[in-house]
Amino acid sequence: MTTTSEVLEVDGLRMRYGSNDVLHDVTFQVRQGEVVALLGPNGAGKTTTIEILEGFRMRSAGRVEVLGVDPAHGAEQWRAKVGVVLQSWRDHGKWRVRELLAHLGSCYACYSEPWDADELVAAVGLTEHADKKIATLSGGQRRRLDVAVGIVGRPELLFLDEPTAGFDPEARREFHDLVQGLETTVLLTTHDLYEADKLADRIMILNDGRIVADGTAEELAKRIVGEDEVRWKRDGRQFTQLTTESTQFAFELFQRYGQSIVELEIRRASLEDTYLSLVHQAEVTA
Amino acid sequence: MNPTATALRAGWSRGLIELRQSLTNAGDLFNHFFWPVLMLATLFFMRDVSFGQSGFLLGTLVLPSILGMNAAMSMVTMSQLLTADREDGTLLRAKATPNGMLTYLVGKILSVSGGLVVDLAIFLVPALFIISGLTVGTAGSWLTLVWVLALGLVATLPIGAVLGSLFPSARSQGLLTLPIIGMIAISGIFYPITSMPEWLQGIAQVFPIYWLGLGMRSALLPDNMVGVEIGESWRHLETVGVLGSWAVVGVLVAPVVLRRMARRESGSSVVERREKALQRVR
Repeated sequence: MTTTSEVLEVDGLRMRYGSNDVLHDVTFQVRQGEVVALLGPNGAGKTTTIEILEGFRMRSAGRVEVLGVDPAHGAEQWRAKVGVVLQSWRDHGKWRVRELLAHLGSCYACYSEPWDADELVAAVGLTEHADKKIATLSGGQRRRLDVAVGIVGRPELLFLDEPTAGFDPEARREFHDLVQGLETTVLLTTHDLYEADKLADRIMILNDGRIVADGTAEELAKRIVGEDEVRWKRDGRQFTQLTTESTQFAFELFQRYGQSIVELEIRRASLEDTYLSLVHQAEVTA
Repeated sequence: MNPTATALRAGWSRGLIELRQSLTNAGDLFNHFFWPVLMLATLFFMRDVSFGQSGFLLGTLVLPSILGMNAAMSMVTMSQLLTADREDGTLLRAKATPNGMLTYLVGKILSVSGGLVVDLAIFLVPALFIISGLTVGTAGSWLTLVWVLALGLVATLPIGAVLGSLFPSARSQGLLTLPIIGMIAISGIFYPITSMPEWLQGIAQVFPIYWLGLGMRSALLPDNMVGVEIGESWRHLETVGVLGSWAVVGVLVAPVVLRRMARRESGSSVVERREKALQRVR
């Protein structure tokens, strides 16, 4: 164990396939107990990053420590402390839900006190499907099972890769409740801003292989770009102005035109605007 | 409990679960019955045919040979299961679990061996009603059958695991079928090997199928039938030598190949293969 509370430390991570750089100099930390979202558009390098951290993929350069260990050389004891939920599992289709959880739990017996299969089935809301064959589960149920498998050994750190891709809104909401109830450090990837906002204590935006922003949802919205939209009417004409200083702008507007300004509207920069403008900026400068 | 003991115990229960699944599911049950029933039909039509001037009944010769052939086929089963498990992510799951690969392999060896014993019984029990002249009444016969079977499995299962790691997809496993059928044809399963040209006999004696067939014949045939074998001997020493060599090679090579294959597995490689498979369907 490291003495700091850093569960995850990434410093100067690079990944190159042939002559194509997928990750350039990715640096970040995750502290114990945090839920952090790695947010970015498709192809940004989220899955590559998380697979390197899971120890499933070799990196080209940079320092990576997961629970104080380089995941490229993680021993079985390290493996027992890390939970992994990949983008798509379809393994063990012939197994029954409770049966698989009991079996996989038994693999952790010498490292930790694994979850009791019945309690875990209940915790992820699959009690009525406990004796069903896994191949017959719906997408949402299967995903809940995947999370159950991910946490069966009571990991200190859980990786969730695109946990709700392809969910309907109801399944997504249930899944969010499930993840919010977990008492462990979580790193999740998503391209869904709403999901990142809902689940994560902290959001890192990854675009084109670079972390372009890192902070809480409010911090991101406040700190970066975030242009508010000011709309008004004057003499029957509609005006729109984007500005970072919307209050000041409105004040000046009234000073100048007084009562001829009508239907004033100020829309504050939302996280979504911030995200889009960040991704857009990064694409322009790239 | 130490990690290896934990993995062995988990692997044991995994094997039993997989075996139970394969005996309670329609698709797998069909596979369990298909070959034995086909072989029984073959035996039935062969039962009165005699081999050359020897006066031996071909059916009597062929029954133990088929047992040996089936045992050798567990190599193909192992290979197919491994490739399928790689495609659907079962192996990746094993990789994400502490000591999961060891657990997985122990389970797979147990379930394939157990499945084979079931297949052999499905064939052997009815076959004994069709064929006569076997030495099934003595304990020695069964003892020989058991050691030949055990040695055969140790020789063939690791090689099967290696093949399964090398094939990129379940579909490409089809490439295995042709050489295997050729091997069966030259290995003295359905007709005594001594009636083949000598160079073919030489090739056959490199591979496990011939030796498993010979070992099974040595277990179940009366001693006077040794006359149709090479050197008019059951050649137990040579059997142990050849099967033992395959076992040693397999046990040495399999972990290396399996580890290399496992290292390449990641979530995206599983997704990639699935997308490729879907493209072929479209």
